[in-house]
Order: sequence, then structure tokens, then C-alpha cells
Amino acid sequence: MNVTKFLGYDGKTEGNVVITTLEALINWFRKYSIWPMPMGLACCAIELMGTGASRYDIARFGAEVMRFSPRQSDVMIVAGTVTYKQAQVVKRIYDQMAEPKWVIAMGACASSGGMFRSYSVLQGVDHIIPVNLYLAGCPPRPEALLDALMKLQHDVMQEPVLRKQFKA
Amino acid sequence: MKKTVKDLALRLKAHFPDIIAEPVEFRGECTCTLLDSNRLHEVAEYLKDQLDFDFLKEATSIDEPDKPLRFTLVYELYSYYHRVQLRLKTSIAEGNGKISSLSDLWASANWQEREIYDLMGIQFENHPDLRRILMWDGYPFHPLRKDFPLEGKASECGVLFTRPAPMEGGPFVTQPGLLDDEDREPRSRTPENKF
Amino acid sequence: MMKIESPGLEHPKTNFNSYREKTNVMAEIKDFEFEEMGSKSVQPSNAINESLGDVMTLSMGPSHPSMHGVLRFKAEVDGEIFHRITPDIGYLHRGDEKIAENKTWHQFIPYTDRLDYLAPLCNNVAYVMAVEKLLGIADQIPERCQFIRVICCELARISSHLVGIGCFGMDLGALTVFLLAYNEREKVFNLCESLSGARFTTSYTRIGGLSRDLPDGWLGEVNKFCDEVLKAIDDLESFLTRNRIFLDRTEGIGVITKNQAISWGLTGVNLRGSGMDFDLRRDHPYLVYDRLNFDVPVGVKGDCYDRYILRILEMRESVNILRQCVKMIPSGPINIDDPKIMLPTKKRVLTQMEDLIHHFMLATEGINAPAGEVYFGAENPKGELGFYIYSKGGGSPYRLKIRPPSFVSISVMPLMLKGAMLADVPAVIGSLDIVMGECDR
Repeated sequence: MNVTKFLGYDGKTEGNVVITTLEALINWFRKYSIWPMPMGLACCAIELMGTGASRYDIARFGAEVMRFSPRQSDVMIVAGTVTYKQAQVVKRIYDQMAEPKWVIAMGACASSGGMFRSYSVLQGVDHIIPVNLYLAGCPPRPEALLDALMKLQHDVMQEPVLRKQFKA
Repeated sequence: MKKTVKDLALRLKAHFPDIIAEPVEFRGECTCTLLDSNRLHEVAEYLKDQLDFDFLKEATSIDEPDKPLRFTLVYELYSYYHRVQLRLKTSIAEGNGKISSLSDLWASANWQEREIYDLMGIQFENHPDLRRILMWDGYPFHPLRKDFPLEGKASECGVLFTRPAPMEGGPFVTQPGLLDDEDREPRSRTPENKF
Repeated sequence: MMKIESPGLEHPKTNFNSYREKTNVMAEIKDFEFEEMGSKSVQPSNAINESLGDVMTLSMGPSHPSMHGVLRFKAEVDGEIFHRITPDIGYLHRGDEKIAENKTWHQFIPYTDRLDYLAPLCNNVAYVMAVEKLLGIADQIPERCQFIRVICCELARISSHLVGIGCFGMDLGALTVFLLAYNEREKVFNLCESLSGARFTTSYTRIGGLSRDLPDGWLGEVNKFCDEVLKAIDDLESFLTRNRIFLDRTEGIGVITKNQAISWGLTGVNLRGSGMDFDLRRDHPYLVYDRLNFDVPVGVKGDCYDRYILRILEMRESVNILRQCVKMIPSGPINIDDPKIMLPTKKRVLTQMEDLIHHFMLATEGINAPAGEVYFGAENPKGELGFYIYSKGGGSPYRLKIRPPSFVSISVMPLMLKGAMLADVPAVIGSLDIVMGECDR
């Protein structure tokens, strides 16, 4: 259905003003309340907890709701080494998350297996789930995680939410 | 009365003269090698009851494929009374590598032996619950053996899978134990002669 | 007091004839009474299944809110009581031991950081001392290096116990404790960062010495930190030690007797909590611990509360040790002077031929260790971390086995949680202070 006809005005003359403003509003709500699902597996989980603690406060960005409930979260932060045994768990939890969802692969181990090139380590979590942001570091500093969160917020802001809904 | 570890090792040898080799001292530690692995439980019972070794710190296994008795089991025992540590080693062959479990003497042997079974493939008799502990139950290989490559092999087990890791030319390090200058060169270790 | 009785076949619910005959059912239902948990024995699950079929298999999966890492429990519960609980580990098994066979001695130091990632400096020191024991240079390490290593170990101990208590409190619902503990940890991270460049995962020690010397003014900052952390420990204690809820949830829970602790191979705080007076730093002193005065606190009952109190007391003792070290530390070299083991200084490498050759050999092939086997155990905050090295000569170990304290601690859990309630699980895990990076390696 053509979105302009739905709203009762002609987009060709005025431009997609209403849609993009609504989108900007929705995305603005989304980006300042990204609730992470912390998949804290190894040492990077300590930096994740440090980011949630009082010095590098992730609550400033609206993301302190680390409730370990996949249904209610937006971004999964895979922090730590993903082994093959853990891979099934990560995939299952990722599948339980509701759209829209993003993934941050935090640290070298989640991005590409890190320094553990062995028989039991999955060489990067992007083999099983699609990753939006790779964060380098072993472990990355909390500031790096906050920077990643800010880049993710920038990505969220660019997303054509309503235009995707109404595409034929 | 507290004894030194050498005294205790000699007492052990005196009690089992033909199956315990001469105790070896290296860097202040004492190692007793048990030549007959079938009598491990008997020797362990003697160590625990008579010589007061009440703490099994560690149970390890070593894989030396070029030896006739391929696997060596190493037990680190500690005595809280004498405050000494003793190492007990025994070797078993590969074919029907079975050895009696020590989990009825020291409860810490339970999980240690499960790990040895998981990673090295040595079976333990009379173990209460011998199954894999670090890898999953259907994993077909024993990873710590020398003929298993570091990057692993592909396998499927229901929803679990493994793939070999990309090595890009192999681990760039020498093989241990070779003293020849040529062999100590890291680039001499090709994927063919990896172990 | 409530006592839960296991329903037998005389229970009115199972025997339907007698149930129908009874006019007043309420008179038949007995009062419930609680006995002390943790040491109850319950009927095996088969009998329960036959009578009621009430046992549910619950999987407390690898991803769970308690911050101890990826640990899974398969539990059979009857309402709130556990009949059997089986821990399932291996979700963080990275193959460290196999990796060690393919690395030189120095290249394995970063992997030891990631073992117990809450106290990485301790692991570095333990590994490097095991290799130095193999090489036979353990008594040639300069004194300044030994003092710095002790300072690093004790800082790591304080840091690890802070996390232990912080996460213990958080699992039981006291979130402020976690934030306070992490605030102090940030100070330790600052110290580590100025020392080695990384907040944790420092890889600070080298075989035969350290990677670099202390920066200027660092010891003064350690002194300042000691004062601040004592205040913070007092704050933490004011939250938990006399807290009614905390006492109810941890006293009498997860009791291990002394004989059970020895038989199951527990070490460290878990062993001392059960009344065994043993500490590797005092009884088999390594580094300069024989020159320092410190007490070793020992528990009485072996329950969760005892272990918590022991960690608090150990933190205070660590502060004591830190102050002594800062006073006693001498000046001097920090690395041994053997070019076959320690990299020569850059100036010599670029000017002397022999040192150039040594540098090349050490960097490419690693230290040429003698053949032999050693075991070295260090008193880590979580217990005794042991390294068993079997070397056939050459630059890399033939077999390296890591003896992790958390592996042993988790194996005791089925014993501790038999007959316990569901809510005791976080208390027990928190009191054992487990980290999965070490357990699974």
C-alpha cells in the first residue's frame, strides 16, 4: 500500500515529511533506551560489568537494564569467548530476542576467536548470528564499549523503520 | 612424627619392592614410578592409610605416542600431616587402556578422572559416573592426544558442531625435546610433522 | 520453625480410600517444620516419583543472571527442595592445555591472564614461578622482583575478593555492595594500568623477572589505596555482616566438614572455612612471604557465612602485607642476569654479537628448558592454582596441566546442595567464589 495515499497526502509534492519525522521520533525513543542482553561469557564480561558500574555509567545512555531476559532486550552484547558448546545457547537466545535486534561482538574472542585458535572455540560469533558491531580489544576498555554503543545508536537513528513496514 | 618426602618414598618402596622404581628427586620434588599399573589401587590405599597422604591435588595424563606404554598417569599427592608432596606415576598401554579409579579413596579423583577420560580417552574402572565433562557427550574425539591437531576436526552431533580453526601455516613454534639446531627452527614444523 | 516431611504412602493424598473416609482432612495434614538445610537427607527421587510424581527436572542454564560465568545446573527439584543437582561445565573450555603445547614458554603468559580473570597478576606469577622452578633459577630471582610480585599478588587478591563479595551480595539482592566493590576495583585497575599498561589481563611477569620496573610514585599510590580500601571494606561490612537477611540466607547453608573438604580437594578460603588451618603462603612459603608477618584466618562451621567473613579478613590481611612490602622493598635489578633466559637490554643487543644471537634464539625458539617435570602451586585468591609442567627440553612444554581451584569447588556443589532449597544455590555459588575461565580453561 502506498504510504502517501494511506496518510492522505501526496508525497511527491511535499516529500516524505511526516514519515521521516515519525521515523526520527521512533528511532530517537529506541536509541536512548537500548536494553542490552548481556551474554557475558569470559573476561570481557568483567569489563561489561565495569561499564555498568558507577564509574563508566552505562545508565547515562539508557542501557542499564541488563535483565538477562531475551524477550525484552534490544541488543545482545556477546562478551567473551564463544565455544562450540556455548554456541547452541547463544543461537537459541538470539532467536528468542524480538525484532528489532542488534548484536555487538565485544572483544577479540567474540569477533574472531581471539587468541584461542583451538579445537573448541568458535572463531567468531558471526558464524552463527549476524553481527552489527565488532569491538576490538582484549578486553576492550569500558569507554570502547560506550563508543560502540554510541555508534550503534547512530545506526539505530538511520534505520528506515516505517518505510520498511510499508514496502510492497 | 613428621617425615620428609624421601623417607616416605623409601617406605613405600620398601613395602612394594618390586613394583615401585627408585624414587627420583628433581628440583626438590620426589617422584615414584609404579611399574605395574594393575596394582595402582593397592598402592594408593597404602599411601592414603599408612603414609597419611590424604589430599589428592591433581591427576594428570601424558600422551607419548612413541613409547610402548603410551599413556602415563600422574598423581600429585599431599599429606597435611607431614606437609610434603609426592608424585606417583604409572603408565598404561593404548590398546585396552583401563586403570582402576581412585574415587573411592579420594573424592577429588572423581572429576579429575572424568576430565582425563574426556580429553585423553583413558577408561577408569569402578568410576561412579564416567562421562565427558568439558566437551559434550557426543563428541567423537579425545582432544589432548598428540595425534589430534590443535585446530580440531569437523564433527556434528545433533545441534552441536565443530569446525577446524584456520591455522594459516600452523603453530610457529619448535617441537619440544629436539636439540638439533635445525629441528629447533620454528619453520621446520610443517603440518605434516606437526607432532 | 517449619519441617517439611517427605510424604510417604500413608499421606492422605496418595491413599485415596483413606482420604475419602476422613471427614476432616485438615486434621490429617501435619504442621510443617524446617530443619537445618544443607545437611538433610531426603528420599531418593525414585520413591518420590512412585508416590507423587512431583519431581521436576530444572535446567539452570548457562546464561543466567548470577555473574559467575557460564555454568549450568541440571537439577531435580521437588517444589523447592533439591533431590539431586549436577553441575555441567565446559561452556568455556578453550583448549588452553593443548595451546600450551604449541607455544613457547613466554608466549603462554597471556593465556594465564585469562584463566582466573579476576586476579590475573596472581596467575602470571604462579605460571612464571613454575617455569622458573623447572629452569632451576627460583633462588636467583632478584629481591626487588620478588617484592613486586608479592605486591601484585596481594593487589590481585584484594581485587578478586572484592568481586567475590560484590557478586555474592548482588546474587542475594544487595546491589549496592556490588557497586561499592567495583568502585574500589577501579582503583586497583588504575594501579595495574600505570604498572603494566592494561587494566587487567596484564601479562606483567616474565620468566626470570618482570616486564618493566615500577613507575615513579607508584608505591605512594599503593599506600594511599591501602587507606582507602580499608574504609571501603568497613562500608561493605556494614552492609552485610550484621544484616538479618544476609545472615538468614547464609548461616548454616552449604556446610562442608573438614574431612569432606580435604577429601574433595578443596583449597584456599573454601578449605579454611571448614576449619583446616593451611595456607601455602605460610606453610610452603614462596617469594618473600617468609619474611612477612600476616595472620591466616580460619573458619569454624564451614558454611557460606564463614567463607564470607574469611574473605573480608583476608582482604584486611592483604592490606597489612601490602604496607609491609612497600616499606621493605629494596632497590636493585628486577631481572636475572642470564642472557639465555632473559632478553638482554636493547643497547647490548644492538652492539654485542653474542647478545644479538641470544636475543634471536630467545625470541624465535624460546628458552631452552631442561627435561623434567615440576609442579608448583600458588595461593591464589580462589584456592591453590597449580601448574604441572612436563618438559622434554626445548622451547615449549610437552604437557602443561593447570590445576584449577574452581574446578574442585564446583565438584563439591552436589554434596553441599543436597536437600537444600532453590534459593540457596546463588548463596552457595557466591560463597565458593567460582570463575569459569579457570574451571574450564
